[in-house]
Amino acid sequence: MKRQIPMLILSAVGTLLVVSVFIPSARHWQEDASLYFDIIAVFAFFLGGGNLIRVHAEKVSRKSAGWIYSVVTLLGFGIMLVTGLFKIGNPNGIAGDISQAGSYFQLLFQYVMSPLNSTMYALLAFYVASASYRAFRAKNTEATILLVAAFVILLGRTALGVLLTNWIPAQFSVLQVPNLAIWIMNAPNLAGQRAIMIGISLGVISMSLRLLLGIERSYLGGDN
Amino acid sequence: MDGAVISTWLAALLTLGIMSFVYKDNLYYKICEAIFIGISAGYWFITYFWDSLYRIAWIGVVHEGRYVLLGGVVLGAMMLMRLFGKIGWIARWPLAFIVGATAGLKMMVYFTTNAMAQIHGTVDDTMVAFGGGDLYDLIGRLVILIGTVTGLIYFYFSKEHKGLFGGVAKVGTWFLMITFGASFGYTVMSRMSLLLGRIEFLLTDWLKLVK
Repeated sequence: MKRQIPMLILSAVGTLLVVSVFIPSARHWQEDASLYFDIIAVFAFFLGGGNLIRVHAEKVSRKSAGWIYSVVTLLGFGIMLVTGLFKIGNPNGIAGDISQAGSYFQLLFQYVMSPLNSTMYALLAFYVASASYRAFRAKNTEATILLVAAFVILLGRTALGVLLTNWIPAQFSVLQVPNLAIWIMNAPNLAGQRAIMIGISLGVISMSLRLLLGIERSYLGGDN
Repeated sequence: MDGAVISTWLAALLTLGIMSFVYKDNLYYKICEAIFIGISAGYWFITYFWDSLYRIAWIGVVHEGRYVLLGGVVLGAMMLMRLFGKIGWIARWPLAFIVGATAGLKMMVYFTTNAMAQIHGTVDDTMVAFGGGDLYDLIGRLVILIGTVTGLIYFYFSKEHKGLFGGVAKVGTWFLMITFGASFGYTVMSRMSLLLGRIEFLLTDWLKLVK
């Protein structure tokens, strides 16, 4: 019962959605399924939010190492919840859109979350530089090819690339770095992308079939 | 001091806090990181709450009479059963729905848009290559054909990669390396552009050193 019903739900839903592709009057099932996803996701967020509060509140109550950061996290989470749920500062009140300009929720997004988010990703630039150093040490043929492709692409998108190779005559213009970068993107890169995309789709199709036929059951977990 | 100045200072101090990690892990960075975790979790929670639970479920059911959406609410509520030990297994039902619906939808989408469209594109490119055009174009299209076929052969693991088959698979890995190199190049550029964006914000909006 604990395993059979979920397997039945999975097979029935999956099969119905596959069938709906071939029946025009049933195509709206796909849209309904997407709406169900969104609704279920909210409840998953309830679980996630509850878990975040539980984990950090436990850290604070036990005064574990770094508990002060947990206080900051809980404060941030709480402030966002209160400003968002009650739409504080929203020019149109509780009926207004949450992303309404001027609302505290939107201001927090614009001046706190957005700078933190983009700086966090910008920080990766430094680590990409150190990763590049390790990756760009051409140890074998594959690493050398990766290095050359990345180098040409990077150089081809900068003014330096134009400056270095604009002396090459027009009849050999393909050898100019910017043109070479375009050719790499349009030919060998496209070929690799296609092989990867076809490979991924064959993998998705076979995994979906395994799920629908009840062969793959790892999503049920280990216990009964 | 007006609101805009305070907001800009707040954004600048948070930016510097995250950037301070480049020097070393420190208290300033950790506080900014904790703020980021809390604010992000709250932001997505609230966004999903209003966009999905209110706009789709509440308005859909109560105002538009789309009672079919109640099924989503029931499945979502089942998700919360995970919190109650003895009936926690009920949470598998919405999970099964999500996995089943994803499998059903993605199987067809991937089959049409990825597998068939890419095979169609490769065959089309090859036909055009032999139908005329200049040498540059012909070489490009042949490279696409060879790269796609050898790349796919590399992904075929039911036969050992030895002999001629191994050699062809090796050529496939070279094409895949070019693809990874190109992706790597673009990733480096996008991260650099984000970094430049933050530096520009600090110099222009905050310090007003650049006009």
